[in-house]
Amino acid sequence: MDLLNALVALTNFVIVPATAYGAQLALGALGVTLTVAVLRFTNVAHGDTMAFGTMVTILATWGLQSIGITGGPVPTALIALPAGIAATAALLLATDRLVYRFYRQQRASSAILLIVSIGVMFVMNGLVRFIIGVDDQRFDDGARFLVSARDFKAWSGLDEGLAIKTSQGITVLTAAVVMAALFWFLNRTRTGKSMRAFADNRDLALLSGIDPERVVAITWILVAALATIAGTLYGLDKSFKPFTYFQLLLPIFAAAIVGGLGSPVGAIVGGFIVAFSEVGLTYAWKKVFSYLLPMGLAPDGLAQLLGTEYKNAVSFLILVLVLLIKPTGLFKGTST
Amino acid sequence: MSEPFLNAAGMRGGYGSADILHGCNLSVDKGRIAVIVGPNGAGKSTAMKAVFGMLPLREGRVTLGGRDITALSPQARVAAGMGFVPQTHNIFPSMTVEENLEMGGFLRRDDIRPTIEQVYDLFPILRDKRYQAAGELSGGQRQQVAVGRALMTKPQLLMLDEPTAGVSPIVMDELFDRIIEVARTGISILMVEQNARQALEIADTGFVLVQGANRFTDTGAALLADSHVRQSFLGG
Repeated sequence: MDLLNALVALTNFVIVPATAYGAQLALGALGVTLTVAVLRFTNVAHGDTMAFGTMVTILATWGLQSIGITGGPVPTALIALPAGIAATAALLLATDRLVYRFYRQQRASSAILLIVSIGVMFVMNGLVRFIIGVDDQRFDDGARFLVSARDFKAWSGLDEGLAIKTSQGITVLTAAVVMAALFWFLNRTRTGKSMRAFADNRDLALLSGIDPERVVAITWILVAALATIAGTLYGLDKSFKPFTYFQLLLPIFAAAIVGGLGSPVGAIVGGFIVAFSEVGLTYAWKKVFSYLLPMGLAPDGLAQLLGTEYKNAVSFLILVLVLLIKPTGLFKGTST
Repeated sequence: MSEPFLNAAGMRGGYGSADILHGCNLSVDKGRIAVIVGPNGAGKSTAMKAVFGMLPLREGRVTLGGRDITALSPQARVAAGMGFVPQTHNIFPSMTVEENLEMGGFLRRDDIRPTIEQVYDLFPILRDKRYQAAGELSGGQRQQVAVGRALMTKPQLLMLDEPTAGVSPIVMDELFDRIIEVARTGISILMVEQNARQALEIADTGFVLVQGANRFTDTGAALLADSHVRQSFLGG
């Protein structure tokens, strides 16, 4: 019984939240890794791209709610997602036309493009704060829980409860669908293959008649979709606040780098590694230990390795370790 | 005498203000093999790039099958019937062999399956490795992928920049055999080669370039027999 209780506590406090968070990071890291692979630069504005997409989705959600359309048990934001994706795609394509294209034609180095993207980040950041403000926004509606702690206790007869939020279930499901669709696109369609060819060997792609501007445009649209979906899922699970989205950049970069920059599989694996490390290191293990260890051996303290306020440090730690030990990441990305 | 299938006449040009090519002439007849040889820095690769439109020409003109293509971009020349295999970075390393071939035929709107089968017939080893990443193959096999990729547009002229660079002598002989087979299907071949003696043995025409201009132009056999050419360029 104690073993089961320990397992349920572990699932409730670590596995479920870390899986949902990992899926959100993975979607974010996929966007970053696509930019690195195809456009050859690290896009610092990705966090704020997520914020912009989420903001438009929130506004569209409010719009839908005001005319009486809701998703029933499912969050209305999911219905509003296409609007967010479309607006974000338009923003990214406009940014490319106004800013990035100039540097691409100059054949600017990736370092210059990275610095350019910092400027883009500030503009997007200001845009989001100007439109929706800096405050916290909650926009999840519909059913709150898939499994509530009380129901679970009543059903299982255990002391420990297990709660799974609707937003967590939707996050994992959506992420799985989006990832499957992305891999199908990249590996099975002509356009997807031409994107990989362009990422692999730009000159030979040109020689083969692949239109670089078209590849770039499609990449931005995919990045917009991934960023908006990741941002909206994160916002549903926690809440939307522009500054938090800027901070998400760190774990997302850590995830992309752990997996290997430019590798889509790596981005997904990296997302879960970072999420589980963050949640695992900041979780107070006292409860799990006290179920598992014999009486008297249970720890007196919280058995928490790091305070939750230090969770960002975990991403930093992972980043430093990876760059020291295996700079190309787990799945052989580029090391730049 | 009718004009050769590919005729590049009086090419002058270079990357900056200084010219690398000083009146270079290259030509290939239909289904023949022409080889450009010469010492290091003679402008062999540059001459080939000029034929392909990767080097701005100040003077001279290039015709393919009687059509003047001097003003066309490299991409447009591919559409006009040229295939080019660069010396390095000539494959998509993370993509499978078959995907490499598919990308080679990217411009085509018709069914490319038959052409892929033809490439597999020409290079049977590629059929066995079709689902393997091209970057994982050996040097000789990669060159076969590179040539196969260029063949996917069904070119009438195939240009190869040092196809045997960095492969073993056995693989080199095999590659040359394959190139002869390609020429037998009616495709003209223009290639730059470091292994001058072996290359001239299979060449219908040989061009010996020195300092960006033609020094000797003759059939491959005649150049091999010429004592000047042998002593100066083939090491005796």
